[in-house]
Amino acid sequence: MATRVATIGLSWGLSAFRMKGFPWFPVSTLLILALVAIFADVIAPHSPEVGSLGARFKPPAWQEGGTSQYILGTDHLGRDVFSRLLFGARVSIVVGLLAVVVAGTLGTALGILSGYMGKWVDQIVMRVTDTWLALPALTFAIFLAAILGPSEMNIVIILSAVYWTRYARVIRGEVLSLKEREFVRLAVVAGCSKWTIMKRHILPNVLNSAIVLASLQLGVVIVAEASLSFLGVGVPPPKPAWGLMLADGKKGLMAGYWWLTVLPGLCIMLMVLSANLLGDWLRVKLDPQLRQL
Amino acid sequence: MKRFILKRLGYSLISLCLLALTIFLFVRLTGDPTVLLVEPGASREDMAMVRQQLGLDRSLPVQFMAFVADMLRGDFGKSFYYRTPVLELYMSRLPSSLALAAAAMAFSLVIGIPSGIIAAVKVGKFGDNAGKVFALLGLSMPQFWVGLLLILFFSVYLGWLPSSGSGTIWHLIMPAFALGWYFAAAHMRITRSSMLEVLGSEYVKLARLKGLPEKRVIVKHALKNALIPVLTLAGINLVLMVNVAVVVETVFAWPGIGRLLYEGIAFRDFPVVQATVLLGGSMIVIVNLVVDVLYAVIDPRIRLGA
Repeated sequence: MATRVATIGLSWGLSAFRMKGFPWFPVSTLLILALVAIFADVIAPHSPEVGSLGARFKPPAWQEGGTSQYILGTDHLGRDVFSRLLFGARVSIVVGLLAVVVAGTLGTALGILSGYMGKWVDQIVMRVTDTWLALPALTFAIFLAAILGPSEMNIVIILSAVYWTRYARVIRGEVLSLKEREFVRLAVVAGCSKWTIMKRHILPNVLNSAIVLASLQLGVVIVAEASLSFLGVGVPPPKPAWGLMLADGKKGLMAGYWWLTVLPGLCIMLMVLSANLLGDWLRVKLDPQLRQL
Repeated sequence: MKRFILKRLGYSLISLCLLALTIFLFVRLTGDPTVLLVEPGASREDMAMVRQQLGLDRSLPVQFMAFVADMLRGDFGKSFYYRTPVLELYMSRLPSSLALAAAAMAFSLVIGIPSGIIAAVKVGKFGDNAGKVFALLGLSMPQFWVGLLLILFFSVYLGWLPSSGSGTIWHLIMPAFALGWYFAAAHMRITRSSMLEVLGSEYVKLARLKGLPEKRVIVKHALKNALIPVLTLAGINLVLMVNVAVVVETVFAWPGIGRLLYEGIAFRDFPVVQATVLLGGSMIVIVNLVVDVLYAVIDPRIRLGA
């Protein structure tokens, strides 16, 4: 099974590369950011969490007063901004990917269950989905964060709990039409159990949509994590998260320490923009039904 | 018609109940709610007293009924920090939030609708692509970062606009822009797709066949009809803006509901956090209901389909 999946993945990957209009910009940006996140320990010239108070608010190297020791300057505690940005990529990617995978798995499972079982299961899942969709996502996330307290693990839980609804809704819609297709009906006639049908026949057919949705949600989730960290209910200090860096940067804003505000935001924007572009491309390539989204 | 409205009303009521239940359960399932509902640093005796007052020794269903009954009476508890009823506090902040939302909405429509029209009329050309880039940036830049950049540029470097606070129209410009951009992108997208649909319709073709000038076809025939979904979305978004402005209001120290929520977190003022989330969710459930019913009144296909 695993090899089969691997081969399918490989052949899909190769054909994707041959496709015209391959999104080189977002893919290479995300790859670079991923590499930076993995090798942050090796690349970073300084510790991301410990600074020297003697070197507070140093500007980037090319500006007057800057030194080559701190290429992108230092923050209010004298910590190296460049090193913090590198480690920040790690936090964003790990939290973002984990939250998207957990939310996607949960939402897809509930969507399949709701769509295939119908009746009261469908009613319950859809009513809960509608209610949770009604809550403004960020406000709901803040509420949960206020209860659970700040930590990276809690953010993954919170973001997954908030963002599974979209998958459930879309996947359920697809399952409703899949249910009427010949191959599913034949499986029922052949005596397959409901569980087998959902796993063998429905799941592989909704995976494309789930992947597209996940890629579109990655950007949303990264911004949400940054917002929570910015508000002080996300990643706890002194961990280097981009949202937290922006919150710290606000302290030096009125004094014109631009690098503390511009650089972390630029990183968030690059990552989110790349995720959105990649998601858009995947949507058109993989899932014609989602083109209207 | 009556059946549709009743059914929709039923769904909304279920949603409101589930909303209350969600909040209620989350508060209780994640630990002892007295820790959240008692002021930080309270003594053991105080906690025991609150536990009894809140009836936390009773069964969960009984507690839930009491919780709902309190809310229906408009009793959302008292703020620890301000020492006033939470509802009063909420109402005192609502006008500021509405003012910000209205300004952000105006901005998002002024930018979103024209750029959406241009994108639809010039599909695949420069105008369309420029619009796409604008929309993509609006969706990709975190609102609080846009806010911080605006402060850096217009307050710190140029000194044109006040960096935070409220009171004058000048205070409103930057927060409205930061909040509105994201929504401008959404409004642009829907204007574009709605215009494209209308431009392909029979009556627009007829208007062109009649020999009307293109400008007139677009403005008089197409736009009028294409605006219906745009304005619907705008209506829903206005309510959303009141409730999602928390980061923008925090950046600009704007005294609205978002700021209230932030203060609720910062001061560990849990009744405030709980009420803000509950009221925000309820507002959106109700607006969705109103929009659905209005649509059903206008368009019989919807109520018959449902």
